[in-house]
Amino acid sequence: MSDEIIVVDGLHKYFGHVQAVKGVDLRVGRGEVVLIVGPSGSGKSTVLRCINHLEVPTSGSVYIDGVHLEDKKTNINDVRAEVGMVFQQFNLFPHLTVLQNVTIAQEKVRKRSKDEAEQIAMEQLQRVGIPEKAGAYPRQLSGGQQQRVAIARSLAMQPKIMLFDEPTSALDPEMIKEVLDVMLDLAKGGMTMVVVTHEMGFAKAAADRVVFMDDGQIIEVGPPDQIFGKPQHERTQLFLSKILAH
Amino acid sequence: MAGPEIQIPDVSWRDNWREFPWWLIAIFAFLVVMAVLVFTDPDIKEAFLFIIPGVQITLYITLAGFVLALILGLLAGLGRISGNALVRNIAITYVEFVRGVPTLVLILTLAFVLVPAVSNAMGVDNRNVSIELRAILSLSIIYGAFLAEIFRAGIESISKGQMEAARSLGMNYRQAMQFIILPQAVRNISPALGNDFIAMLKDSSLASVLAVRELTQRARLYAGSTFRFPESYLVLTFCYLTMTIALSLLLRWYEQRLGKDSR
Repeated sequence: MSDEIIVVDGLHKYFGHVQAVKGVDLRVGRGEVVLIVGPSGSGKSTVLRCINHLEVPTSGSVYIDGVHLEDKKTNINDVRAEVGMVFQQFNLFPHLTVLQNVTIAQEKVRKRSKDEAEQIAMEQLQRVGIPEKAGAYPRQLSGGQQQRVAIARSLAMQPKIMLFDEPTSALDPEMIKEVLDVMLDLAKGGMTMVVVTHEMGFAKAAADRVVFMDDGQIIEVGPPDQIFGKPQHERTQLFLSKILAH
Repeated sequence: MAGPEIQIPDVSWRDNWREFPWWLIAIFAFLVVMAVLVFTDPDIKEAFLFIIPGVQITLYITLAGFVLALILGLLAGLGRISGNALVRNIAITYVEFVRGVPTLVLILTLAFVLVPAVSNAMGVDNRNVSIELRAILSLSIIYGAFLAEIFRAGIESISKGQMEAARSLGMNYRQAMQFIILPQAVRNISPALGNDFIAMLKDSSLASVLAVRELTQRARLYAGSTFRFPESYLVLTFCYLTMTIALSLLLRWYEQRLGKDSR
């Protein structure tokens, strides 16, 4: 199916004897924005990390645009170049300037010339609103700015898919909005996104579907209004009552 | 709401007194006295003039050995953390073997057992392998094992997220190591590498057992032929201390600069 850009089939993942993911099936259409919510330890980050093979599934399959990641013949680096990932802890490269952070993978992986990479980098920094920080080092930036650079770094690869692993969880409250605004902008631009987050505002504004996970399984899937408004499952209700209580 | 002004006791002179590098003054005093003696005492001057050409060979085997040790250490350090069990075990065997044998014994073994064995296997007469080259190879193999542990620790000190971020952008393992992990690791371990360079400079004196005519060997030769043991060994101590103190001051200055940069 060509309009299903991400297919996760029967995903299981063990860490030692602990089973983090217990049979997850997930299909994401091209241009779709899917949110994964759930209590900590529910396996949502593990599912996300299996989508770009940062974690190798114990069993099950992941297909990105028809390419089977667990196939030994698949060059995982080629797939990853098409799948951007944004981390909770930003993970910018501290020894490189902001500009170099955004150009290095373009040059080494996409084999773009320095000039071309820098031009694309500046466009992306413009897009996330901090072109003036191009010459700065990551440690000189606020958390919100760092996360926006991390998004620009991924976007400069011109990926087909963007994965976000709790992108606002390590941010001070006043910086969350600037990151969500960039993500909202991306979602409106038609980017395929899978986002692990607890940001309800973002979910309502941008998500096509919300996936609720608990104990390594998908409990409930639906549009944000349904999941947050009238959840069908008891465990979803319990979780939402906890996070909406304050 | 200005409260009573608080008097801050002026303790700066006392702190300066405590923090002043007296040890450096003491060592400099020794070096200055020795330098004066080299010019004024004819016996010491003679000993000095005989021994000092050894500096060239000492520095040569140290520098050449250290460059080789850096290469060996990096390879073995990467091998130590390799996912390939065979590669990892070869690296661990090398490191543990070297760490378990005294340096002097290793130099003798490498120079008189390993070098002949390898050169015979390659069809080269091992008498053509100079003692300087044997000293360099021995020191680099020994220090390669120490540096391997430093490289490994340096790589492991970089957070896992750096590798993940690099790989998630499509870089392969080698690219991520080369462009992301190693530049940060090398910066972190550069003081430790500097320390090992100084340690290697000192251990190069062990090459004297191979009769390499470096500083220590020349001092022993001079002492043996003139029976001026105190003069010979004082001059020898003076030569090493001058070099190591200069290097360690350089290293301190570099570390301070490094510290300022990362703030």
